[in-house]
Amino acid sequence: MSEGIGARVLRKEDKRFLIGKGRYTDDIIEQNQAYAAFVRSPHAHAIVKSIDASAAEAMDGVVAVLNGAGLTGDGIGNIICGWGVTSKDGSPMNMGAWSALATDKVRYVGDAVAIVIADSIDQARLAAEAVEVDYEALPVVVQSDAALEDGAPQIHENAPNNLIFDWEIGEEDATDTALAGAAYTTEMDIVNNRLSPNAMEPRAAIATFNEADDHYTLYTTSQNPHVARLVLSAFYNVAPEHKLRVIAPDVGGGFGSKIYIYPEEIACLWASMKTNRSVKWTSDRTEAFLTDAHGRDHITHAKIGFDKDHKIVGLKVDTKANLGAYMSLFSSATPTYLYATLLSGQYNIANIHCNVKAVYTNTVPVDAYRGAGRPEASYVMERMMETAAREMGVSPTELRRKNFVQEFPHQTPVIMAYDSGDFAANQDQAMKAADYADFEARRTEAASRGKLRGIGFSNYIEACGIAPSAAVGSLGAGVGLWESAEVRVNPVGTIEVLTGSHSHGQGHETTFAQIVAERFGLPTENIQIVHGDTDKVQFGMGTYGSRSGAVGMSAIVKAMDKVEAKVKKIGAHVLEASEDDIIIEDGAVKVKGTDKQMLWHEVGLAAYTAHNIPEGMEPGLKETSFYDPSNFTFPAGCYICEVEVDPETGTTEIVQFVASDDFGTIINPMIVEGQVHGGIAQGIGQALLEGVVYDDSGQLLSASYMDYTMPRADDLPSYSVHHQSTECPGNPLGMKGCGEAGAIGSPPAVINAITDAIGNNDLSMPATPAKVWAAIQAASAKQAAE
Amino acid sequence: MTEVSMTVNGKPVKADVPDNTLLVQFIRENLRLTGTHVGCDTSQCGACVVHLNGKAVKSCATLAVAANGADVTTIEGLANGEMHPMQTAFKENHGLQCGFCTPGMIMTATDMVARYDANGKELTEAAIREELEGNICRCTGYHNIVKAIADGASKMASS
Repeated sequence: MSEGIGARVLRKEDKRFLIGKGRYTDDIIEQNQAYAAFVRSPHAHAIVKSIDASAAEAMDGVVAVLNGAGLTGDGIGNIICGWGVTSKDGSPMNMGAWSALATDKVRYVGDAVAIVIADSIDQARLAAEAVEVDYEALPVVVQSDAALEDGAPQIHENAPNNLIFDWEIGEEDATDTALAGAAYTTEMDIVNNRLSPNAMEPRAAIATFNEADDHYTLYTTSQNPHVARLVLSAFYNVAPEHKLRVIAPDVGGGFGSKIYIYPEEIACLWASMKTNRSVKWTSDRTEAFLTDAHGRDHITHAKIGFDKDHKIVGLKVDTKANLGAYMSLFSSATPTYLYATLLSGQYNIANIHCNVKAVYTNTVPVDAYRGAGRPEASYVMERMMETAAREMGVSPTELRRKNFVQEFPHQTPVIMAYDSGDFAANQDQAMKAADYADFEARRTEAASRGKLRGIGFSNYIEACGIAPSAAVGSLGAGVGLWESAEVRVNPVGTIEVLTGSHSHGQGHETTFAQIVAERFGLPTENIQIVHGDTDKVQFGMGTYGSRSGAVGMSAIVKAMDKVEAKVKKIGAHVLEASEDDIIIEDGAVKVKGTDKQMLWHEVGLAAYTAHNIPEGMEPGLKETSFYDPSNFTFPAGCYICEVEVDPETGTTEIVQFVASDDFGTIINPMIVEGQVHGGIAQGIGQALLEGVVYDDSGQLLSASYMDYTMPRADDLPSYSVHHQSTECPGNPLGMKGCGEAGAIGSPPAVINAITDAIGNNDLSMPATPAKVWAAIQAASAKQAAE
Repeated sequence: MTEVSMTVNGKPVKADVPDNTLLVQFIRENLRLTGTHVGCDTSQCGACVVHLNGKAVKSCATLAVAANGADVTTIEGLANGEMHPMQTAFKENHGLQCGFCTPGMIMTATDMVARYDANGKELTEAAIREELEGNICRCTGYHNIVKAIADGASKMASS
């Protein structure tokens, strides 16, 4: 079947985007629509003494100015983190109060204190500037290590020393003992730089309260509209679930930042009820930098030990994770269960211990951003492995190979049970594709041109397909992480698949249709994927953590199993054959070994006319499934980056980037390659270009595209992308997930390559020309001194 | 308020707008042509690129009044019914994911191809990457956009 599993089917969703007919939230206009602008704190930390909106309220077009006192007075609840993490002393995490509109105190620059509703956006913005807020500025802290020091500014009363939790995983004593007995050890300080996700579509919301039936509709830029509805209803008390419809129409990228339920959506819903107007808010880019959850921001010290044969004996990691001023929805899970559980990498390590302190600072909340914890783990592990190889004077590829996990399932000391993989095969494929054997000749040739050429490796592993509900529940998750699907066969045989996954660039309308096409032998044009509307799809957990293939598509498979079973019963009945002899292929239901058949649409019609179906069978052909995965999935791969550095300027050019990934079964290679390309670009962005910068007073210095360096086309190479797949045993399609791998695997490869080129391992991300140049100078000075 | 009139996608349009109305606001809000997008506030991202008298401009950095009397083409008007060869090339090369930057990319790409063609210059991969300086994509890593533009250039040459 040319459109089935493994086919490079062109995307069904493309046309509307190509002709300018996509429908993003900001493209929608509701009747009686007003516009919202937020009054935001210019201080990183201050007491709100008073708010005087009288001048603003008198301005042209202003409908209302609403503040936090009114919001909490109406019973709107605080924003919560949905994953409880317990400190090693058994105490629960110290979650500080977060009101959608600040009442007593502001805790980061951009914290919202009031919402202005006006007839036009210009009127709303002008009026927001006219709201007088009297602040009493407080001392500020922006770095996690400084925030933990005695005497640091106290951000939330219930989090002494700004410590949210002090968590550990693994056996500390055993790890210490193993490291004490190691023949070789490598220790490093590793910083994972803070990033801004920067989906190209800024966040937006349109909230409409209908007083006729006390019903709300929210259009929002969400990766998981059902979770948004659940949280808005159950925790924020905006409206009961049956009185709240959440629609995430076309969404222009997410990368994690559109998982969370932000103050703006809550405030717009509430304001819509207060003003009896539709209230629309669209973030501008500066506002996005100031309010979209940031990613990463870890300060880590790590030590790894090897025996005399270079086998790893132990790994000890100490991390301080900056969670910003408030705990965002998954913020506690990202630097713990999505990070420390992956510190075993692709390696067989008997002893691992990791301690994580999560810390409040006067910065934007930090949460999952593409990869979420796994890029941080991969960066620690793969920088350590490369550095250890250099220190021990052994080949970085051989050192890794010697330590690869080779038998599956493999239980690591940090929760995860790897189910499949062939790490050596990925490495072989990558090395061959990169022509590693000939690298030294290329290095020599580059030197003749005055360029420093280097090569770096990264063998990443990650955990996707989140997640078994009971397992994550036992670890503190507030929700189950299954997925739902409904397969509706229409009387004419066309099919609608309703899914709780949400596509915001991933191409679900195509890949999800492909698995249906494969199963029933139908053209993908006869299959429509429906998602993103809580009135259409009953429930779902949304798209993040590379879960839509392994979990979302598995739910569709389970629903198709039920459809198939019913179709076979109808077929057997109508064709007067045994159910066991019925097969479905090429869009027809056939009796094996005969020429008797019903065309697919004839089965649909039979099910709905119900003139001739088995006695006792309900009419119709529609089945639902809720699929809960049995394990995480474990995509893994080997990335190789080759760079040339200009020693005169410190400029790095990536001359080759090779990826060899194991994603399990691939539904559409074209789309998978696209996901890898985009992930690698974000990883290279982190390694070379991107970094959120706060000054000591908590002002965000990198709040525009003039200041925050987004990767552009001429910063990046073309990528050499390969697959070496082992089937995932944990789900019916054998899929592992591909959405985040690129961003997880690439940063260490880039930094390993640059440090190889310049002969100085002391280099932090982003490796800007200034930093690389300084590192080259330091290496030269050291060499001269020796 | 000032009355502006221009031709957009071949149709004459006219409206009274505040003097500070940006061309992109005029296109999106007044004309309800929402294929042109706004992705930043510093004229960096290029999601708003349209053609003004045949040349690519960022409509977020152009006042509507400055386009008075002009001939404007947006993504909606690039092709008549059928897809433009560049649109086809983006589809065939998987040059888009979330689709938000795509209209700006395509308007930039068609302008780029036309300029190189007029100047008799070769549109190499390096040239395409350099020419995309003013367009940011967060999804594709540019790999397939670059391929799509090269392919689109060939398709345009042969159409």
